Amino acid sequence: MTEETDTQGYLDMDLLRFTTAGSVDDGKSTLIGRLLYDSKNLFEDQLEAVEESSRQRGDENVNLALLTDGLKAEREQGITIDVAYRYFATPKRKFIIADTPGHIQYTRNMVTGASTANLAIILVDARHGVIEQTCRHAFIADLLRIRHVVVAVNKMDLVDHSEEAFDKIVSQFKEFASRLDNIVDMTFIPISALNGDNVVDPSENMPWYEGTTLLYHLETVYIGSDQNHVEARFPVQWVIRPHSEKYHDFRGYGGRVAGGVFKPGDAITVQPSGFTSKIKSIESMDGPLEEAYAPLSTTITLEDEIDISRGDMIVKANNPPHKGQEIEAMICWFSDSKNLVGRSKFILRHTTKEVKAVVQEVRYKININTLHKVEDDLEFKLNDIGRIKLRTSGPLFYDSYKKNRVTGSFILIDEQSNETVAAGMIL
Amino acid sequence: MNSYRVTHLKQLESEAIYILRETAAQFEKPGLLFSGGKDSIVMAHLARKAFWPARLPFPLLHVDTGHNFPETIEFRDRYVKEINADLTVALVQDSIDQGKAIEEKGIHASRNKLQTVTLLDAIEDCGFDACLGGGRRDEEKARAKERFFSHRDDFGQWDPKNQRPELWNIFNGRKHHGEHFRIFPLSNWTEMDVWQYLKLEDIELPNLYFAHDREVVRRSGTLLAVSDVVQPQADETTETLQVRFRTIGDMTCTGAVESDADTIDKVIQEVATARQTERGTRSDDKRSETAMEDRKREGYF
Ligand SMILES: Nc1nc2c(ncn2[C@@H]2O[C@H](COP(=O)(O)OP(=O)(O)O)[C@@H](O)[C@H]2O)c(=O)[nH]1
Ligand SMILES: [Mg+2]
Repeated sequence: MTEETDTQGYLDMDLLRFTTAGSVDDGKSTLIGRLLYDSKNLFEDQLEAVEESSRQRGDENVNLALLTDGLKAEREQGITIDVAYRYFATPKRKFIIADTPGHIQYTRNMVTGASTANLAIILVDARHGVIEQTCRHAFIADLLRIRHVVVAVNKMDLVDHSEEAFDKIVSQFKEFASRLDNIVDMTFIPISALNGDNVVDPSENMPWYEGTTLLYHLETVYIGSDQNHVEARFPVQWVIRPHSEKYHDFRGYGGRVAGGVFKPGDAITVQPSGFTSKIKSIESMDGPLEEAYAPLSTTITLEDEIDISRGDMIVKANNPPHKGQEIEAMICWFSDSKNLVGRSKFILRHTTKEVKAVVQEVRYKININTLHKVEDDLEFKLNDIGRIKLRTSGPLFYDSYKKNRVTGSFILIDEQSNETVAAGMIL
Repeated sequence: MNSYRVTHLKQLESEAIYILRETAAQFEKPGLLFSGGKDSIVMAHLARKAFWPARLPFPLLHVDTGHNFPETIEFRDRYVKEINADLTVALVQDSIDQGKAIEEKGIHASRNKLQTVTLLDAIEDCGFDACLGGGRRDEEKARAKERFFSHRDDFGQWDPKNQRPELWNIFNGRKHHGEHFRIFPLSNWTEMDVWQYLKLEDIELPNLYFAHDREVVRRSGTLLAVSDVVQPQADETTETLQVRFRTIGDMTCTGAVESDADTIDKVIQEVATARQTERGTRSDDKRSETAMEDRKREGYF
């Protein structure tokens, strides 16, 4: 009987996605290892494998960093190169961690990891305080619209667990962060990833700290308002036409709700045709549903038979997205073989739609260490971030990235190599 | 006031359905790798949901080593019929007969590596430009670096250091002629998520996953089921134990675990307290520290 209730509990958990950012050696990998280890999400064979590798490498202690650094090259060089995804769960939440390398040469990996995150943990070495890299990491979190930031002041054991050292870093960071506007919630926690202080268990070495442990914060931080439940957006992914006897006339639109709420009876408009209709039903294999909202994948049927295909967007009649072929956006450049300049041409992918795009104007780049605008060198090289204006071959239906992460984001693809060369956030 | 809460399983489900639909839309001829194991059963179930009430818009492909548990094959055939899907079976034995793959020798011989040859041939024969796989990032450290849309060159090889970045839920499946993609809708699922979802959706599984009595032999710390392809050596003895399987691969390399978990609730309890990863029972991963990365580079699942 207790067994029954226990397993039921697992079916009712939230999901929190977070990234970890910090400079090389700030202790990101150690922290993740610690979170997994202390929350009992680490398996014996994983630990044995890490112990064995640590021994072979001649590491003094078990190197929990080896848990996340999975590729041969990463283990050889002792650094995280790519985004590594890790998973763990407590009875309250499942967590997806994107562990990203902190060095400036991996800005694109940080941007990638941040794009799907609700929360960012920014590590600061207690001995060094807020440095240039810290500001860069906070800037990226803000740019990608991560609402919740935890500044984890690590290696407190190396500054005698001093409250003063911690307070100084808090005020340094706050001063810098006043320039950022997407972060709505900032939390500061003094930790020692190596020893486990304030990670899962409260620290005995820092009685002056009255806040919660890192894990407790991750388990309880309110993320319910991160999704847009106001502007209804449904990019059509796939048209479902069974052509079977039973469902002869069935015509459903498959997609993932990008914003707002859809209910049977709602008046809708289809972009780009502008046709209007009403939602007839919201379908699923388990029967019709009363409503669908972000980020659910669902199937919508309409009262009227109108011509809709992939790339179209179903929206509420009273609340349309922007429509246009000239887009102002912040981009991060990903390619190490090609640079972006004015007049560069690309394929642009936005929701389920693909169009061609040409760079009309490069406005500025940002020096991501000083956050100053750069206006004399306008060529985007690997990891450069800045603002451009694009013109597209067909209209896009979009919102600003600030309003909606799905309808406000795009990628640029190089036509020759098919590589993804940039990530864009519409202003 | 509605809080519009979405549980972790619903989020994972929605993400996987989104990926399945993107696959159907972005590729000309996708196929779904179906082994009869729990991950591929979950994937097939999600695919049904993604396209319901239409049939699956792609066929299933099983790379059959010939060393599968008979229970798996029986389940596979019944399931495929039940969901009214198309199934292609590619036999590793055929690759061996054609001289394209060479059987390993000795008692630790496994056809696991040979599957890559058969798989790549089948992809070419069927004309697949994308193959959906049930791989999960939590399974193994090289898999942790895998993309949802994973690019393969025209030799089927994976280049882990040169992967396309994946942002938000925008997936770039563009490719040159001859190249293809491996697609992993369950990337963000853990073993526990899979079990919870199987329970939530009340999905049937091969009975191998539940505790039953079986004759086994202990070899290099692994409990192998005694069968045509696993016979006790002169110095080995067999015993009958109550066991179940956490993963289902070849009989030659999939270890059983002693267990009395004969219902899904008991299995979930067991997974929750397990101290070994599920692939801890797979001798194919134990061959070297980078066994999985090496196999994946060559074109393995
Ligand atoms: N003294 C101390 N050392 C730490 C702490 N956290 C990490 N380290 C050490 O710092 C070094 C770098 O850690 P690592 O996790 O690899 O950093 P990453 O580059 O950010 O992933 C390792 O030698 C760790 O053992 C801490 O809280 N205290
Ligand atoms: Mg690291």
